[in-house]
Amino acid sequence: MRLRGRLAKSRSAFGQSLLGLLGAGDLDEDSWTDVEDTLLLADLGAATTTEIVDRLRAELAARAVRTAEQARAALRDVLIEALRPELDRAVRALPHNGADGVSVPGVVLIAGVNGTGKTTTTGKLARVLVADGRRVLLGAADTFRAAAVEQLSTWGERAGAEVVRGAEGADPASVAFDAVKRGSVDGVDTVLIDTAGRLHTKTGLMDELGKVKRVISKQTEVDEVLLVLDATTGQNGIMQARVFREVVDITGIVLTKLDGTAKGGIVFHVQRELGVPVKLVGLGEGVDDLAPFEPAAFVDALLD
Amino acid sequence: MFDTLSDRLTSALAGLRGKGRLSDADIDATAREIRIALLEADVALPVVRQFVAQIKERAKGSEVSGALNPAQQVIKIVNEELIGILGGATRRLELAKVPPTVIMLAGLQGSGKTTLAGKLALWLRSQGHTPLLVAADLQRPNAVTQLQIVGQQAGVQVYAPEPGNGVGDPVDVSRRGVAEARARHYDIVVVDTAGRLGIDAEMMRQAVDIRDAVRPNEILFVIDAMIGQDAVSTSEAFRDGVGFSGVVLTKLDGDARGGAALSVRQVTGAPILFASNGERLEDFDVFHPDRMASRILGMGDLLTLIEQAEQAFDAEQAEQTAAKIGSGDLTLEDFLEQMLAIRKMGPIANLLGMLPGAAGMKEQLAQVDDKQLDRLQAIIRGMTPAERADPKIINASRRQRIARGSGVAVSEVNQLVERFFEARKMMQQMAGRFGFGAGPGRRGRKARKGGKKGKGRGPTPPRTPRALPGGLPAGLPGGLPSGMPDLSELSGLDQLPPGFDPSKLRFPKK
Ligand SMILES: Nc1nc2c(ncn2[C@@H]2O[C@H](COP(=O)(O)OP(=O)(O)OP(=O)(O)O)[C@@H](O)[C@H]2O)c(=O)[nH]1
Ligand SMILES: [Mg+2]
Repeated sequence: MRLRGRLAKSRSAFGQSLLGLLGAGDLDEDSWTDVEDTLLLADLGAATTTEIVDRLRAELAARAVRTAEQARAALRDVLIEALRPELDRAVRALPHNGADGVSVPGVVLIAGVNGTGKTTTTGKLARVLVADGRRVLLGAADTFRAAAVEQLSTWGERAGAEVVRGAEGADPASVAFDAVKRGSVDGVDTVLIDTAGRLHTKTGLMDELGKVKRVISKQTEVDEVLLVLDATTGQNGIMQARVFREVVDITGIVLTKLDGTAKGGIVFHVQRELGVPVKLVGLGEGVDDLAPFEPAAFVDALLD
Repeated sequence: MFDTLSDRLTSALAGLRGKGRLSDADIDATAREIRIALLEADVALPVVRQFVAQIKERAKGSEVSGALNPAQQVIKIVNEELIGILGGATRRLELAKVPPTVIMLAGLQGSGKTTLAGKLALWLRSQGHTPLLVAADLQRPNAVTQLQIVGQQAGVQVYAPEPGNGVGDPVDVSRRGVAEARARHYDIVVVDTAGRLGIDAEMMRQAVDIRDAVRPNEILFVIDAMIGQDAVSTSEAFRDGVGFSGVVLTKLDGDARGGAALSVRQVTGAPILFASNGERLEDFDVFHPDRMASRILGMGDLLTLIEQAEQAFDAEQAEQTAAKIGSGDLTLEDFLEQMLAIRKMGPIANLLGMLPGAAGMKEQLAQVDDKQLDRLQAIIRGMTPAERADPKIINASRRQRIARGSGVAVSEVNQLVERFFEARKMMQQMAGRFGFGAGPGRRGRKARKGGKKGKGRGPTPPRTPRALPGGLPAGLPGGLPSGMPDLSELSGLDQLPPGFDPSKLRFPKK
C-alpha cells in the first residue's frame, strides 16, 4: 500500500539515512522534511515541531555543522534541552514533619482520564516503595468504576500494601480522608490515593477531584499530585494537563505505555507550557515496569 | 494561534473576497492551514498528506460562488471530503445466519473494551437480542469482576468460568463461552479480551487463537478517540495481527478532536460502526460521519449552520437574526428562539459545534446537553420581556428573583447572562469576519477565558515549596530486581537528587 510504504519510510528515514547536508550549517529539503516527520509522528504537534525545527536551524548554523553525525547530535541536544533536564523530578512520597513537628506520611494523589494506567501506576509505585522498606497504604478513592476497588486490592497484594476502601458508592473524598487518617495513625511512610478516571471536560467530576484534594488537605498537605498520561494520547494531552493542573495543581506527570509504539511526544508541550515535569514512565503491565523519566533516554527512544 | 480550521482559513484567505476563482497560490495557502489543522486534530501524518492532496485537486479551478466567501467554500469542500471518507460504506452489524452471532472485541490496554462490552450488550438487548458476555480478559486485575458488574448493570448474563488475574486460558474460555451460548440459546456472544499492544507478538498470537477458536462474525477494534499518531501503527498491527471487521471509537465525550477516526478509516478501510461517548452504559450510539467530520475540523461551521438554519426557521427570520448578530443587538428572546429552533434540528452538541465562535466556548459547550437546555429555557422564561430584550438591566436583585422563579441557583442565572453576553460579542465579531451583518469584524477574539473557571471548582491554594519535603528520589529507591537504579545508599535521606543511570531505563527496541 502506498500509504504504508510512505509511513515506513518516514518512520525509519531518520534512523537510517544520513542527513543530507547542503553545506555547512544547513540541511537539504528532504532532510528537513525527515526531521519534521519524525517529530510530528512522535506526537509533538505542529506548533512544537515548528519550534524545535527553528531551534535546530539556529543550532546548525551556530555550530557550523558539517557532517550528518553532527546534525543528528544537534537535533538530539535540541530535543533534550526542550525537555528541560534541569527540572526537579523527585517524587515527594516520603514522610516528613508536619506543621506541628510530628512526622506525617508522604501523601500522593494519582489522577487522570479514563484508562491511562492510574491504578497500575499506584500499584507499581507502592511496590517500589515497599521494596525500599517503606510502609505503604493505598486509598481506593475510585468508588465509581466497576471493580476498581478490587483491582487496587489485587495490586495491594502484589506490592505488599494495605488498602483502605469505603462502602460501595462512597464519597471518594471521604475514602481518601480516611486513608490518610489511618496512614497517619498507623505511622506508615506513604499513602497513595488512586482516583477514578475522569475526562477533564466533565466539570462535575473535576469538582469531585478538587474536593478529594481539599478534604485531604484539611489533615495534611498533599505532597505530590501525579497526572497519569497515556503515551498514545495525541494533542488532547495538553487539554487534559491544563484542566487537571487548574483543578488539583499537578506536581508531576507519569507517562505510561511507553512499551508500545507510541512515543509520547505530547509531553514536550505539556512540560513547556505547565512547567510540570514528567517524573515517571510506565513500561509495561508488570509490577516492576516503572522507571524514572530521563530526558536523554526518552529522546533516544523517540529518534530510534 | 487560531483554534479552528475556519479561523485559520479565514485568516489565510482574508484578502480573497471578491475574486472569481481560487488561484493556485490561494489553494497552497489554504492547504497549509488545512494540514496544520488536521495535525492538531491528531489525524496521522501520512493520512493528512493524502487528504490535503485530494483537497487541492478538488479546489483547483473551482468557482467562487456568489453566496460563499472563499474560506467558506474551502471549508465546504473539506467537510464533504471528510464525510465521504468517514462515512463511505457504513454498515450495520453482521449477524450470523445460524445464531449465535459472535462478536470479538480487541484493542490496546485502556481503550475501553470492557465498558464497551456492557454498552454493546445493553444496546443489543434494546434491539431485541439476548446477548451473552464472555470474560476472556484474564490478564488485567479484576477485569472479570468488572465485566460481571457491567453485565449485571446491562441486565445480561456473563460467562466467567475463570477468575482471571493471570489464572485461566482465555482461548478455552472463549470457546466454551460460544458453546454455552449455543446450548442455552443466546443469539449473540460478545467476547471481551485483554488489552494488548500491537507489537506484543505473544499476545497477538493469543488473539489469533481466540479468533480461530470462536470464528467471530465481527471483530471490533476498540480505539480511544484521544489517540494520536500511533493510531496508524496500532491499527495496522491489529489489522495484520488478528484482523478486524469494524471499528468502535470510545471516549468521544471528551474534547479530543478524534482525528484517529479518519486515520483508521483511511489506513485500514474498516468502517466505524459505533461511537461510545460516556461512562454510563446508555452512552453509546451508531457512528455519525457528519458529526465526526465537523468535530475533526473543530470549526464554527457557519456555512452548515446557515444551511440547516434555513430549513428550520424561515429565511426572513434567519436574516433578521443574522443582522442582529452582526450589529450586536441580539436579545435573550432571540437566543431562546434560536435554541428552540436549533433543538428541532437535531442533537444539540452537534449544532453548537457549528456556532461561530464556538471554539472559545468549547469547554462550556461540551457540557451542554438537552437537560441543561431545559434549565436555560426555564431561566429565560422566568424573565420579564423587558429583561429578555435588554439583558443589561438584569441586576443582582432581578437575578435573585429570576432564580427563585425558575427554581435554580443564582449562580446559574449569572452564568447564563454572562455566557449570553460573551456569545453575543463573539458572534458579532465572527459575523464581521465572515462578511455579513454590520459587525466591526475585529480579529482578536479570545475575549473570554475567565468565564471557564467561574463556577464550583475548588480554590486550589498555591503550593508553597516546603523546606523539608518528603521526597522519593526521581531515581527511586533501590533494591529492586529489575530495571530500577540502585540508590539504596542514599535512601536514608529525606530527599534525593534526581540523578540515575540512564542505561537502566528500559525502552523497548523494535
Ligand atoms: N503496556 C502497558 N500497559 C499498561 C501500562 N500501564 C497500565 N497499563 C494497562 O492499561 C490498562 C488500564 O490500566 P489501569 O491501571 O486500569 O488504568 P486506570 O487509569 O486506573 O483506569 P480507570 O481507573 O478505568 O480510569 C490495564 O490493562 C493496564 O494493565 C504500561 O505502562 N504499559
Ligand atoms: Mg483505575
